[in-house]
Amino acid sequence: MNREQKDYILNFLEQGVRFDGRKLEEYRPIKVERGFSENAEGSAKVTIGNTEVLAGVKLSVDEPYPDTPDGGTMMINVELLPLSNPNFEPGPPGIQAIEIARVVDRGIRESESIDTKKLCIKKGEKVWSILVDICPINDDGNLFDASTLAVVAALQNTKFPSYNGNIVDYKKKTKESLPLRKLPVSCTVIKIDNYFIVDPTPEEEKKIDSRLTVEVEEDGTLCALQKGGDKPLTAEDIDKMVGIGIEKSKELRKFL
Amino acid sequence: MSYTKRNDGRKFDETRPIEAKVGVIKNADGSAYFKIGKTVAYAAVYGPRGIHPKFLQNPKNGKLRCFYNMMPFSSMGERVRPGANRRAKEIAMVTEKALLPIIDLIEFPNSVVDVFIELPQTDAGTRCAGICAASMALADAGIPMKDMVASVSIGRVDDKLVVDLDYSEESYEDGTVADIPIAVISRTGEISLLQMDGKLSREDLKKAIEMAKQACSKIDKIQRDALKKKYEVKNE
Amino acid sequence: MGKLLVENKTIVTPGEELAEGMDFLPAEGTFRDKDKIIASGLGLVNINGRLIKTISMAGRYIPKRGDTIIAKVTDILMSGWILDIASAYSAVLSVKEAKDFIRRDADLTKYYDIDDYIITNIIRVTSQRLVDVSMKGPGLRKLIGGRIIKANSNKVPRIIGKGGSMVSMIKQATECSITVGQNGIVWISGSPEKEIIVVKTIKKIEQEAHISGLTDRIKTFLEKETNKKINIEKVE
Repeated sequence: MNREQKDYILNFLEQGVRFDGRKLEEYRPIKVERGFSENAEGSAKVTIGNTEVLAGVKLSVDEPYPDTPDGGTMMINVELLPLSNPNFEPGPPGIQAIEIARVVDRGIRESESIDTKKLCIKKGEKVWSILVDICPINDDGNLFDASTLAVVAALQNTKFPSYNGNIVDYKKKTKESLPLRKLPVSCTVIKIDNYFIVDPTPEEEKKIDSRLTVEVEEDGTLCALQKGGDKPLTAEDIDKMVGIGIEKSKELRKFL
Repeated sequence: MSYTKRNDGRKFDETRPIEAKVGVIKNADGSAYFKIGKTVAYAAVYGPRGIHPKFLQNPKNGKLRCFYNMMPFSSMGERVRPGANRRAKEIAMVTEKALLPIIDLIEFPNSVVDVFIELPQTDAGTRCAGICAASMALADAGIPMKDMVASVSIGRVDDKLVVDLDYSEESYEDGTVADIPIAVISRTGEISLLQMDGKLSREDLKKAIEMAKQACSKIDKIQRDALKKKYEVKNE
Repeated sequence: MGKLLVENKTIVTPGEELAEGMDFLPAEGTFRDKDKIIASGLGLVNINGRLIKTISMAGRYIPKRGDTIIAKVTDILMSGWILDIASAYSAVLSVKEAKDFIRRDADLTKYYDIDDYIITNIIRVTSQRLVDVSMKGPGLRKLIGGRIIKANSNKVPRIIGKGGSMVSMIKQATECSITVGQNGIVWISGSPEKEIIVVKTIKKIEQEAHISGLTDRIKTFLEKETNKKINIEKVE
C-alpha cells in the first residue's frame, strides 16, 4: 500500500468510520450454529460477516502423556483450506495456520476450560483425547476470533460416544458432555497509525501496523495474548487494546 | 439371503434426499454446496488464473486441476489425518477426468482453473457428491462449458442393484457388495467416470449404467435449478 | 421450420438446448450440434432475429484491445511495469508507452510505484494472452487516494449504463468521483458515507443487472439512501 492510500484510510478512521461503514470498534454480524455434523462428536459453524469457519471435535481413547498420567489430552489444528481463500495453497499447515491453532489452543488450555482430570479413564493407561480441527470455508478476515468462537461452541456441542472399556462405539452418542469450566473469548484488536479497530476485513489486515489478540475469561482475566504485525506497541497502546478486547469480549460471549 | 428391502426404506432406484446451492463461498469465482443424504460436499473454483512454476503451463490450452479433501472430523469413527493421501490423490485425478470433457479452456492458454472439493461430512458416495458440486461450481464461475456432469454411485448389494449406496449398504455384511461410481454427461449420456470395487457380471454392469443415467438425469435437473435460483427475482 | 426452445432473457445453464432447426444461427456463448443450438456456459439468452447468443453472468475479465481498465502495479522491470488487471493474465506497461519521455536510467518508481493504481488502455493482446497497455491518451493517469472495489466484469456495461447514464446518476446522487474499468475494477472517491452508498449501489446493480427496470430501481434506491430526489434530466 502506498502513502496516499494509507492517508486515505486514515482520513476515514479520523471521521470514525471504516470502508464498509462500520464504526472502529464494531464487529460484523455474528452467527453461531452448533451441531452441523452428525459424524463429529461436536461441531459448530461460525460466521462473522462473510467469514465462515467450521470446527469439529473428534474424541478417542489414547494413552496419556507420561508427565500427566491422569489427564486427558487436547490437540487443536487449523487447516487453511485453499477453498476458502485464493492465496491459500494445498499442503501441510503453514505458519499462519500454526499461529492461529496455537493461539486458540493457549486460550483453551490456560483458562483451564476442560477439566482434564475428568477425562482420565485409567491412570497411566487410558484417557480421552480431544482432537479439534478448524476449517475455514470462506476467509473474509479475522480468523483468530472466528476460530476461538467456533472451537468453544464445538466443545459445548460435544457428546461422548459410548465406550465399553475396550472399544469406542462412535455410532452411539451418550448424553454426556465434556467437563467444561471457564470459557475463553478471543478479541483481536488492530492498530493502524493511531487508530484501533476490531474484526478486520482482509483489506484492513493488509494495512495493519500491529495486532493484538486478547483472549479473555468471563471475569475479565486475560488467558492468552498474541502480538502480531511488524510494528512495536507502547505500554499505553497495549493497555488500550486490552481494554477494547475485554469490553468487546462481553458482546462475543453472548454467543456461547 | 437376498437384499429385499433397503436399510433406510428407499426404493432401489431412489437416491437419498438432495440439497444443492451455488454461490456459497464468496471468495471463490464460483462455488457450490451439494448434499446427498448425510454426505456433504463443497466445491470452490478459482480461475482461470496464473500458474506457477512455469513448466506447469500449457501454451496451447488452459489447465484444470482438482483437489479432493475430507475434513479431519468428517467421518464416523476416528479422526481422518489431514493431508493428501493416495486415496485423495486418485479421487482428485478421476474427478479431473470426469469434468474435463465438458469444459473448454482453449481461450485461456497458460492459465489454470483450480477446483477444490471439501467434505465436512461423509457417508459414502463422496467422490460423486464432489463431482456434482464441482460441475455446478464451474458453471457458477462462468467457465465455458459444453455441458454439465452429474454423478452417482450404483451398488450391487447381494443380488440387487441399487442407486446411491449409503455407508450402511457399502458395509453390508449378509452378502457381497460392489460399488460402482459413475458420472454421466447430461446431454450426450456419455460416461466420464467409471470405477468399480467388488464383483459384477457384464449384464449387471449394463443395468448399472442404465440406472446411473436415470438417476443422473434427476440430479442434473437439481443442479441446473440451483444455478438458476441464484438469479431469481427477489420480491422486495 | 426452426423452433425456439427458450424464451428471450431467461437464464440458461451449460448444455441447455436453445433452438432447433437451421433457421437460427449460433452466436457468442452458444454452439451448434447438428440441428440444435446449445448454450456453452451459464448466461442470459439474447435472441436478435435469427441470432441466438447468451450473455455471460460470471467469469474473470478477458483482456481486449481498446479496453480502458484499472490496473495495479505489482512489479517493476528494467524497462516497464507489471500490472495486475484482475484477469488470468497480467499486463506490461513499457516505458515507451508512459505518458512522458522517460530516460533510460530513470528511477521508474518515481512514475508508478508498486501498489499504485492506474487507469490505462490495452493496446495489444497476443494469441498467448500477453497484454500490453499504454498511458498515452486522454484520461489515462495514476489514481491518487480514493478506494478500489472489484466488481464482476460481466456487469460493467450495466454499471456504466447506456451512454454512461447509470454511473452519471450515481455520481450525481453521491457527489463522488467514480471511474469504472472495463475489467470490473472501480475507483471511488468522495465523503466516507457517500462512498459507502456507491459501493452498495454497485453491489445491487451486480445482483440485479439481468432483471428489467434496473435504472428505476437504482434511482429509487439512491434517493432513499441519500434522502434527496434525483433529477433525471440533469443526468447527462
